[in-house]
Amino acid sequence: MSETLLLELQEVSKIFNVDPNPLKRSLGIGQKLCAVDQFSLRVTKGNIIGLVGESGCGKSTTALLIVKLLNVSKGTILYRGQNITEATGTKMRPFRERVQMVFQDSSSALNPRKTVKRTLLEALRRRFGRTPDLEGKAIELLAVTGLGPEILPRYPHALSGGQRQRVGIARALAMEPEFIILDEPVSALDVSLQAQVIKILKGLSQERDLTMMFISHDLALVNHLCNQIVVMYAGRVVETGSPDEVMRQTAHPYTKALIAAVPRGLRGRREPLPVLVGNVERSGEGCNFAPRCPKALPICREIVPREISLTGQHKVACHLLDEGKGP
Amino acid sequence: MGSPLLEVNDLRIAFPVEGRMTEAVRGTSFSLDQGEVVGLLGESGSGKSVSALAIMGLIAPPGAITAGTIWFNGRDLRTLNEAALRKVRGREISIVFQDPQTTFNPSLTIGSQLLHVIRTHTSRTKAEAKKRALEVLELVGLPHPSRVMRCYPHQLSGGMRQRTSIGMALACEPTLLIADEPTTALDVTIQAQMVELFRQLQDELNVTTLYITHNLDLMAELCDRAIVMYGGMIVEAGTVQDLFENPRHPYTRMLTDCVPRLDVEECELTVIPGMPPALGSIKGGCPFEPRCPLAFEKCRQTCPAEEAIGGHRFSCWEGER
Repeated sequence: MSETLLLELQEVSKIFNVDPNPLKRSLGIGQKLCAVDQFSLRVTKGNIIGLVGESGCGKSTTALLIVKLLNVSKGTILYRGQNITEATGTKMRPFRERVQMVFQDSSSALNPRKTVKRTLLEALRRRFGRTPDLEGKAIELLAVTGLGPEILPRYPHALSGGQRQRVGIARALAMEPEFIILDEPVSALDVSLQAQVIKILKGLSQERDLTMMFISHDLALVNHLCNQIVVMYAGRVVETGSPDEVMRQTAHPYTKALIAAVPRGLRGRREPLPVLVGNVERSGEGCNFAPRCPKALPICREIVPREISLTGQHKVACHLLDEGKGP
Repeated sequence: MGSPLLEVNDLRIAFPVEGRMTEAVRGTSFSLDQGEVVGLLGESGSGKSVSALAIMGLIAPPGAITAGTIWFNGRDLRTLNEAALRKVRGREISIVFQDPQTTFNPSLTIGSQLLHVIRTHTSRTKAEAKKRALEVLELVGLPHPSRVMRCYPHQLSGGMRQRTSIGMALACEPTLLIADEPTTALDVTIQAQMVELFRQLQDELNVTTLYITHNLDLMAELCDRAIVMYGGMIVEAGTVQDLFENPRHPYTRMLTDCVPRLDVEECELTVIPGMPPALGSIKGGCPFEPRCPLAFEKCRQTCPAEEAIGGHRFSCWEGER
C-alpha cells in the first residue's frame, strides 16, 4: 500500500441554522445545530475508511461536505494537497472526476426517465469523450458489478433494489475515480444481496487500488470491509483506528455501548442487551456523550475532550483515558 | 397445552401479475402455541409480511387468499365477515409495523389515536380509556406518558414512536401480537432497547408473538422457535437451537454465513449467487434451486416434500443424493 495522502480534512465544521423562526433562520441568527464539529481526517490511497455512528451523528453530512454538495462552515478540505474548500466551477472539475459518490437510496439516485444505458453512457462520455464502443465499456462496467448486458435497456423502476444499487456503483466507476464515497450502500438490501455487493467492493479495492469511504451503521459490516474505522457521535469523532483496535481494544465508552448493542444470536440469548438510556444531545460544552455515559466525570460536562493517541493509529477523545484524569 | 392459539393450514395468497393470479405464498402451514415467541425469517419477497397481513385479514384486492384455513382461538378467520374481523383485529390480534413513521396519523395527537383504539375495542369510558393509555405508555418505557399523549407523531424520535406503536398494539390486551420487522428502521442502540422491551413484555404479559425479521441473530435472541421462508414457502422450521446448530436446508446455512459477525475476526463471506425469485418466476421445482450450490436434477423437477425430525421440519432433497 502506497502512502500517498489523498484527502485531508482539517477541523471541518458544518453549522446549520435551525431556528423555528424562518426570518431568524434566513438571517443566520438564533438556534444553530453543529452537525459536524471540528472533524479531522487523513485518507491515504488504497484505504477503505469506515464511518460509523447512529443516525443524526453527522456521517452523511461529512460525506456531502467532502463532495462539496454542502459548503463547509469552518475548516479546510485538501485533496492531493490542493485546497478545495472554496473551489467552484471549472476548478472543481478535476476533483469531481476523481471523487465519486454512491448514495444510500438508489431509487432516487438514478434518473427515473433514463435507461441504464443512457445513465452509464452519459458518465462514460464525460470521461472518454465521443469515442467508439462506449457501449462495450458500459457492458464491462456492469460485468464488474455482477450485472449482465440485458439490463441496459431497462428503466430504474424495472430493476430490483440490488440491481439499482449496483448500477449506481457502476456509474460511479465509469469516471474511473480514485476515491469513492459510499453512503450506506447496502442498508436497503437483503442480506444475501448485501454479501454480493460487499464482495464486489472488496474486489474493486484490491484490483483497482480504489480508495473508499464506507458510511454505515452496521459495525459488523464495517469491521469486515474496512481497514480504518472512524466512530462519530453527535458530530464529533470519538474514536478512530484499525478494526482490530476499535473493535477489540475498544477505548471509548460510546463505541463499547455500540458494540454491545449488536445482537449476538444464540450466544446472547439469556443475557440482557446493555441499553443506552436517553437521547443524543449536543450540549456544546464538554463531551457530547457525557449525559449518557455510565462513567462520566464532572470534567466531562465542562471541557471538550481532546484527541489522545493510544497505540498505533488508535486515537480516542475521552477524559477517562487522558493521563492523570482517568479512574 | 391443548390446541394451538393460531393454526395456519396450507395458506395460499395470490396477486395478479400481468393479468394472471400469481401465488406469493404457496401453501404454508404453521402454528403458534399460547405464550410462544415464534420468528418468521426471510428476505423481501419471501412472503413473510404477506402471511402476517393475511392473519390480520388485511389482504386488499386485487390480492386474495386463494386457499387454506387460519384457525385462531377456535374460529377460522377466513370465514368471518368484515364486521366480525374488525372485532378480532386490534382487540385479539394486533400488529406492529416496520415503519413507526407511517403507523400513526400525522395530523392527530398520540393521545387521541390511542384513545380511539381503546374506546373502539373496549367498553371503557373516556376517563378509563385515558388511564389505560397512560398505563400502556408507561409499560413500554416512555418517560413522560402524559406529555407523549399531547404530542404529534413528528415530535417523537424514531425509538419513541416505535415504543408508542408497540404500546398501541398492546392497549387492548391482545392474545396474539404480530411484529413486522419492528426494529429494521431503527439504530442498533435503539434496536437493543426494543429487544429488551420485547423480552420484558414477554416476561410480564406472556403475549404470544409472531416476530417477523430478516436478522438471524436478533431472532435467536428473542424467539423460541423460528420459521424460515423462501419464495413463498416454508423451507425450514424448528427451535432456534435446531436452526442455528443443525440447519438442514442449504438456504438457512447460507443465510447464517452471509452476514459478517463482530466476534469472528477474518472470515470470508458466503455469497448466495443470484437473486431472490420474482413473483411468478418459480417453476415446478424447489424455489431455491437456481441459487443452490447443491442442486441436482430432482430439485429442478419436483418441489421437495417436507420431512420432519421431531419438531424440526425442512423441505430439501439433499438427503436423497
